[in-house]
Amino acid sequence: MIDPDPLAEAELRELVPAVIGILVSRGADFATAEDAVQDALIEALRSWPSDPPRDRRGWLVTVAWRKFLDIVRSEGSRVKREERVMAATLAEPETSAESGDDGVPNVDDTLDLYVLCAHPDLSPASAVALTLLAVGGLTTKQIAAAYMVPESTMAQRISRAKSTIAGSRLNRPGDLSSVLTTLYLVFNEGHSGDVDLVAEAIRLTRSLRAMIDSAEVDGLLALMLLHHARRDARFGPDGRLIALADQDRTLWDRRLIVEGIEILQAALGRDELGQYQAQAAIAALHADAQTVEDTDWVQIVQWYDELLALRDTPIVRLNRAVAVGESDGPGAGLAELRGLDESLPRYFAVEAHLRERAGESQRAAELYVRAAERAGSVAERDHLNRQAARVRSGQGHRP
Amino acid sequence: MAKYLMLKHYRMSSDLMNYTPMDQWSPDEVDAHMAYMNAFADKLKDSGEFVDSQALSPEGTFVQSGGPGKPPVTDGPFPETKDLIAGWMVIDVENYDRALELAGELSAAPGKGGEPINEWLELRPFLDHAPSVDE
Repeated sequence: MIDPDPLAEAELRELVPAVIGILVSRGADFATAEDAVQDALIEALRSWPSDPPRDRRGWLVTVAWRKFLDIVRSEGSRVKREERVMAATLAEPETSAESGDDGVPNVDDTLDLYVLCAHPDLSPASAVALTLLAVGGLTTKQIAAAYMVPESTMAQRISRAKSTIAGSRLNRPGDLSSVLTTLYLVFNEGHSGDVDLVAEAIRLTRSLRAMIDSAEVDGLLALMLLHHARRDARFGPDGRLIALADQDRTLWDRRLIVEGIEILQAALGRDELGQYQAQAAIAALHADAQTVEDTDWVQIVQWYDELLALRDTPIVRLNRAVAVGESDGPGAGLAELRGLDESLPRYFAVEAHLRERAGESQRAAELYVRAAERAGSVAERDHLNRQAARVRSGQGHRP
Repeated sequence: MAKYLMLKHYRMSSDLMNYTPMDQWSPDEVDAHMAYMNAFADKLKDSGEFVDSQALSPEGTFVQSGGPGKPPVTDGPFPETKDLIAGWMVIDVENYDRALELAGELSAAPGKGGEPINEWLELRPFLDHAPSVDE
């Protein structure tokens, strides 16, 4: 967006999904509705500073609808014109019909938009891009910067995603789990460029939670908050990665931890366990420990067992091996590694850690080096090389 | 998504390079080769997988610090470094298999007689930023 005022931009972005939803409920196709709302946003950013409307959402709906009609009328393709003519010939409904006297956003339309943007026919990357665009209200340029690709590449990805779901209507009941997967992917992307994707994922999950009653949506939000709470402790002043065990726990954000645990406890009380709640429970047990020695590893292993029952993946087994190594000793952890594929991400890092705890320093150092060679990020690579150097210089685990 | 570098080499040791070098092709064959490369890049732009593509001059200089207060030392080209980087393409794709598929396709650019050169391309993953989860 071109608005220099980030607050105004954030407010504007929150209106985007509701406005797209209203256009679609009037008969617009999703792709054109999204284009029209982008055009309306640009006009809003231009005219609002000098002439702010009283009802900003109503203004956006009116202008976006006009833009939609403009696009339909100027559309050269006859086929597309036919697709859209139905919508365009509908009389424009009274604005009050959908904005409501109380100004409450149309919750169902926005919820349907989340589901549509995470359509199972879309690749995960396309679902992420479309969600950030249509639900998050980000511009193509911002999304491209966040994922470090040229704007034209992201525009193409979005355009193809729109075509993929062109035939889908908003009011089809969709799969909530693909929405949660998409939001968690955004969260895991971290923050790069001028858009904080972690904050954006949390905002969108909060907004989803306000619209739908689901223990797993609660679980995902709790999981995000509990991980986000550790953000300031995860990197040193020089940008180096700091492992969970070595983090300064006074830097953890207690407010986020308390909120995450409250949300999680309420969700667990409903007895509808799912993978996000189980993962959040593990994060909560870490958050609860004042020192790393206080960590309740026995309970963490139990939660990994729950998670395995819900979702048996090699990654979950690998993480469980770490917890077993802490609760039952490194020998037990190493035994859990047997049968797992060495090509798993972080396999050698986990084995190195367990070997070091078992007193096999030489072997541990070699494995840290191998793990560094296979690291997926610079921060991880440097961290693992530092671990190898530390073990070789004969230093203990926590300096 | 994952970013990969597809590295194209000028000349590799002769046992790895089993096609006729470009300087022995006809101009039309060179044009056909370039057209294939451009069409490949355009296809990736259209599919939303293209990040960057650059070519490098074969002529380069080796540079080394000359020590405090002294100008840098230059040398080279070293005759023993036979392996030169000709250029690269950066792609952003869904997974490793897709990267392999694309590298295979790029490797099959036409050469002498319009036959695919099937050159060795080097495919290397980017080290991206650290994920937000640390357990």
